[in-house]
Amino acid sequence: MITYLVKYYDQMLILLLEHLYLVCLSMLISLLLAVPVGLLIARSKWLSTAILSFFGVVYSIPSLALFSFLLPAFGLGKMTAIAVLVIYNQYILVRNTVTGFQSIDASIIEAGYGMGLSARYMFLKIQLPLALPIILGGIRIATVSTIGIATIAAVIHAGGLGVLLFDGLRMNYLPKILWGTILSSLLAYLANHILLSFETKAIERARGECRGDTA
Amino acid sequence: MARTAIEFRNVSKQYANTSQYAVAGVNMRISEGSFITILGTSGSGKTTLLKMVNRIYEATSGEILYFGEHIKNLKLEEYRRKIGYVIQQVGLFPHMTVEENIGAIPQILRWDTDTIANRVNALLELVCLSPRDFKKRYPRQLSGGQQQRVGLARAMAADPDIMLMDEPFGAIDAITRQNLQEELIRIQRKLNKTILFVTHDVSEAFKLGDKVVIMHEGTIQQFDTPYGIISKPANEYVARLIATQDIVQRLKVLKAQSVMLPVDAQVSDRAFRVGTEESLHNILTYFLEHDQNHVLVEDGGRGVVGKITWEQLKVSTRQGKILSA
Ligand SMILES: Nc1ncnc2c1ncn2[C@@H]1O[C@H](COP(=O)(O)OP(=O)(O)OP(=O)(O)O)[C@@H](O)[C@H]1O
Ligand SMILES: [Mg+2]
Repeated sequence: MITYLVKYYDQMLILLLEHLYLVCLSMLISLLLAVPVGLLIARSKWLSTAILSFFGVVYSIPSLALFSFLLPAFGLGKMTAIAVLVIYNQYILVRNTVTGFQSIDASIIEAGYGMGLSARYMFLKIQLPLALPIILGGIRIATVSTIGIATIAAVIHAGGLGVLLFDGLRMNYLPKILWGTILSSLLAYLANHILLSFETKAIERARGECRGDTA
Repeated sequence: MARTAIEFRNVSKQYANTSQYAVAGVNMRISEGSFITILGTSGSGKTTLLKMVNRIYEATSGEILYFGEHIKNLKLEEYRRKIGYVIQQVGLFPHMTVEENIGAIPQILRWDTDTIANRVNALLELVCLSPRDFKKRYPRQLSGGQQQRVGLARAMAADPDIMLMDEPFGAIDAITRQNLQEELIRIQRKLNKTILFVTHDVSEAFKLGDKVVIMHEGTIQQFDTPYGIISKPANEYVARLIATQDIVQRLKVLKAQSVMLPVDAQVSDRAFRVGTEESLHNILTYFLEHDQNHVLVEDGGRGVVGKITWEQLKVSTRQGKILSA
């Protein structure tokens, strides 16, 4: 195992970086889509239920199946992988964005508008900080699951840590399988840990528990 | 003559998908500096009436005027900043300190930092919270009564002319509520704000209001002083509503001149003298505490104009009860 690491560490590093690239890019695109969509539909109970159940159905499609659905459209490689990851993320991210904004106590919103705050101020200074913990929770779960699903993207030649796994499986070579597993788990663990610390900060802030001076 | 702060002209409100009007054909003038309480049972349209003033709800028909201007022609946010708004659930921003909550509007108005800090301190003192202890706290570190005090301070931050209050003390225990009521009366006397205060508590309405609006099924049943309402209920509904008041409460709004017996000019009696505006409640207290059976009623320059005896107080109280039962 160690010998494998010593011999192929540069190759493994490239795969790790490739994996990170896939995850980061798809998370970025997912967020750019999901947050505005979530915001738009959060106002309407009816619309948010409809759209969320649609994404829920999509979310339940097995990843291999979804990869093969999109192959004809985007071909082999990263494009398809990213498209699939983005589609999966919509469910969690849109749902948490909607929940985040809908969970804010209506009396806070009413008092804010009633005292003459502008919609812009309300959004940036009141609603967003209060919805942030739940949105960040969604980002964390989506990131971790993206790191996992992205390994399967190796099947369609998108690269990443899945290459180690699938090569190992095909060649029945244990060190490769193990390293693929270890690295992707480690990545997921770290991502979870880092994002959780942001989330905890956001929760403290939203509840009014910050220590020190944030005024 | 005080100016008219708010005028309702034939204002009605019907919510979407409802067959009934929540508020129907309200006409009312509210003069500047008056304390108006809006009283009625649940669903009578009190909240709807109040929230049309700051356009949380839009009237379906009719007009509302703010110092003679149609509120629809005023810029919404600027207009709302001139109107303090206090609700039962308070709605403090949980992620902001007391200081930041109160300072939000002044900050938007770009007051300088020192002015805002001074304003926050002054307001906290006004609502009987020590600035030093409370400024840096977050809402969750306050009791319900303290939160409502901060809510009141926040509503007054930009020195509004008018305050709208929707059952602000509804969720607060009886003793704290009494303190808050007294503080509100003191603040109103001091700052001469125009206050519209919704409540379903009869004694709260009568205690606080210079005038009371009684609502039922979306219409105004009577708009008068507490004394006017108790002595002359406009209809059966009002009479029934105030009958729920206990006698002591009613004695508080009835004045000496309403029950006194006229006396013949020269009285050389050394009995206790009271003014014509003295409440019957105070006179009753005097009787009970001093083992006396009558007082004389004096009218400033005109000297003694009447007399109230213990017997007569009992009789008129009983009559008063029959009158409104
Ligand atoms: N947003 C709304 N949509 C539809 N109907 C409403 C709405 N708000 C109030 N109503 C209806 O309008 C009528 C008056 O309601 P309103 O809230 O003004 O009463 P209220 O006097 O404030 O009662 P309460 O003392 O219970 O607060 C009620 O019949 C109520 O069901
Ligand atoms: Mg109400």
